[in-house]
Amino acid sequence: MFIIKYIKEVYRGVKSLLVGMKRTLYYFTHHKEIITQEYPDNRDTLVMAERFKGEVVMPHNEKNEHRCTGCQACELACPNGTIKVIFKNELTPEGKKKKAIDKLVYHLELCTMCNLCVEACPSDAIKMAQTFEHSVYDRSELTKILNNPGSKIMDGVE
Amino acid sequence: MWSFSHIANELHEWLSSIFNPTWTLVIEMVLAGVAVIGLFAGLGLVLVLMERRVAAWIQIRLGPNRVGPQGLLQSLADTLKLIVKEGLTPNGADKLLFNIAPFIAMIVAMLLMAPIAFAKDFQLWDMNIGVLYVSAVSSIMVISILMAGWSSNNKYSLMGAMRSGAQIVSYELSAGLSILTIVVLTGSLQISDIIHSQATGWWIFKGHLPVWIAFVTFIIAVTAETNRAPFDLAEAESELTAGFHTEYSGMKFALFFLAEYINVFIVCAIGATLFLGGWMPFHIGNLTDFNRVMDYIPSSIWFFGKTFFMIFLIMWFRWTFPRLRIDQLLNLEWKYLLPISMINLLLATAMAILGWHF
Amino acid sequence: MFEEVGTTTEGDIIINVGPQHPATHGVLHLVITLNGETIKKVEPHLGFIHRSIEKMCESLTYRQFIYVTSRMDYLSSHINNHACALCVEKGLQVEVPPRAQVIRVLMDELTRIASHELWWGAMAMDLGAFTPFFHAFRERESINDIMEETCGARLTMNYMVPGGVMQDLHPDFQKRVKEFLQLYKRKIHEYDELVTGNIIFQNRMKGIGYLSPEDAVSYGCSGPAARGSGVSCDIRKVYPYEIYDKLEFDEVLETAGDSFARYMIRLREMQQSIRIIEQLIDNIPDGDFQAKTKAVLKLPKGEFYQRVETARGELGVYIVSEGGTTPYRIKFRSPGFSNLSVLDHIARGSKLGDLVAMMGTLDLVIPDIDR
Ligand code: SF4
Ligand code: SF4
Repeated sequence: MFIIKYIKEVYRGVKSLLVGMKRTLYYFTHHKEIITQEYPDNRDTLVMAERFKGEVVMPHNEKNEHRCTGCQACELACPNGTIKVIFKNELTPEGKKKKAIDKLVYHLELCTMCNLCVEACPSDAIKMAQTFEHSVYDRSELTKILNNPGSKIMDGVE
Repeated sequence: MWSFSHIANELHEWLSSIFNPTWTLVIEMVLAGVAVIGLFAGLGLVLVLMERRVAAWIQIRLGPNRVGPQGLLQSLADTLKLIVKEGLTPNGADKLLFNIAPFIAMIVAMLLMAPIAFAKDFQLWDMNIGVLYVSAVSSIMVISILMAGWSSNNKYSLMGAMRSGAQIVSYELSAGLSILTIVVLTGSLQISDIIHSQATGWWIFKGHLPVWIAFVTFIIAVTAETNRAPFDLAEAESELTAGFHTEYSGMKFALFFLAEYINVFIVCAIGATLFLGGWMPFHIGNLTDFNRVMDYIPSSIWFFGKTFFMIFLIMWFRWTFPRLRIDQLLNLEWKYLLPISMINLLLATAMAILGWHF
Repeated sequence: MFEEVGTTTEGDIIINVGPQHPATHGVLHLVITLNGETIKKVEPHLGFIHRSIEKMCESLTYRQFIYVTSRMDYLSSHINNHACALCVEKGLQVEVPPRAQVIRVLMDELTRIASHELWWGAMAMDLGAFTPFFHAFRERESINDIMEETCGARLTMNYMVPGGVMQDLHPDFQKRVKEFLQLYKRKIHEYDELVTGNIIFQNRMKGIGYLSPEDAVSYGCSGPAARGSGVSCDIRKVYPYEIYDKLEFDEVLETAGDSFARYMIRLREMQQSIRIIEQLIDNIPDGDFQAKTKAVLKLPKGEFYQRVETARGELGVYIVSEGGTTPYRIKFRSPGFSNLSVLDHIARGSKLGDLVAMMGTLDLVIPDIDR
């Protein structure tokens, strides 16, 4: 019958709407379900995943030594020319000339955080850091030199 | 006891003791105007904040909490931002209509304030056709929307305006019919009469099925009439970017925005007056002690409590439902709401004649 | 100037939806001819986010080019990378260790769920319901957290490399995935309550945007868009790769061919992905996560083609090699492009509001269309 079908239709429709309203009322009243975080306020407690790819850095030990041999593997591996290795000639204690890195220039603004350079590095000289607040006022600040000034290569790394 | 009427009377006596009756009237009028504008601004701020909070909690977010304690000043900051923004008028727009449309929206909202009883004996204008006045004036709202849509010289705006025209004209019918249900039961169009008829119990309790149906129809119809989701086809931002106010910016946009919220407030106030007893406290039959306790709560609190409950309902709809399509919107009105409310009106009339209600 | 071209002689209105419009979720430009509210014609204009990824890939080595493909269909970046890695492996003839295969499949299915979650939220938002978007993000974020922990990124992971995966799974991976499965099962009924069962939603989806199986085939649709019309085209079943032939899962098919069918396909596909993850999560074999490959990869002269099933449909990777370290020519057959081409066909005659719903069910990701 038409009338019965009509009433059934109305009933079904209203019921489906009420089910949805019940669900939203549940969330309206249950504030413990809230999932957003107050980001700049929780900086101190924010834990980033240890593998998070934020920026390429070169760790130095306490004697200001790094592990980079200047093999250029990272420069070759990088898909967009983010890393540039600049050499200088050093004299070893024996008086021989030795090539060593002067600067490892890293353009953060070009980097896609693809991790290929870290994978390619044979001596684990570079790694990914977990920083992610990269905004600066001037683009040139994003060009970084990864090795500390005056640093030299660690003993025993070839 | 503290209440609006008390303050108003004190003020009236004080003014009368200083000025002659004419000046008293003039000053009272000015005060009323200032109060209405103040109420406007206040309500706008409160409702925007309320909406954002309701939305945030339903959406498992925190909501605004940066400006001021608990984010209470957020809407003030928003207003400030809108005031300092440039109000652009597009090149091809009909300048005059474009610029007066938001003000018409505002004026309509202000006119609608007049017959609302905010508290016991506290009403700007208790005319004998109060309910009729409300439904008549509220239809002027569509003119401002049509003006805005037409004069913007933007196709999105035009389509939004046309949608809204069809929508408001249709939904006025069922809103009117559900209001008529109460008028039939009360036998009066005057707001104060309607409220007094509910002294023994609100219509929603006294009226059985017909009033419940009328209440539901009323809520649906006014949601559509105020262009709120799920009936926000005039704005429909995923289809028409912003519908009729696409080209508006700055304060002119803010006026539309404010008018929308004020309209929501007004229709909810009317709903609360008709169905939930306006400022009438909640009474249960012969429980005199309970009734006396209820009487101690100021009438303004009753009124605003009920109104905000209705507003919450409308906000709750908005954040739960998807939007209808334009043909479904008209189907819903002409195939479901209108027949139902017509039959309902007959039922209510029969009930009023036979005296079946309490 | 626009006044003159704005209306046609019959008084139809031409409106420009996009390139910046809330409905297009990206920089797609649709020129729509309308008669009142009824659509007469939809003309997609592409190219606003064309980055010539194919040309870029030609100058990158076989290890390097994979990362670029994350930027095509950014919602299924794992699966894009997977397709490229598979194609390169085909040329190199390397055997991927079983552990790497399982990890890859797990990641693919997690990505598929994450992508469908986002689609579900965005779809509801297109129809004017904002709340589901945020609820969908709750589940999607927990997948993203899993990804972040193992792959180090949330969107463009670059985790698949020729020969396996870049890093081993994080020790917490299994625990986190199980937590996610629990969360998902606890919340899945809400999807029905909020959106699927809703009468307004059903009325807006059912019978809208009908796509016949013949048209789906002739327009080259794939993925949920075609399966909604009953065309069996799940690459995981038809041309199984990795270990998909050993897994138990169903190809989801609906026959109605309307928007609602396409919608249901994706919801049910999420369940199937959950099923796959449940089969694998406790059975990850030990062993290497990467096969030994040469430092410099050189594909032999020839042509190589590999297709996979992304969250949107069939992605094909076609590599022409001249024997060098970089591809001579590379071509991606992206699912979004063919799926978009059907929009004009299914949208004619329906209302403007439906267009948004149809675009939602086709699940268009604009960078995937433009590349
Ligand atoms: S992470 Fe990728 S883009 Fe960045 S420096 Fe390393 S290789 Fe280059
Ligand atoms: S960082 Fe590593 S790969 Fe790069 S030059 Fe230094 S040692 Fe070589």
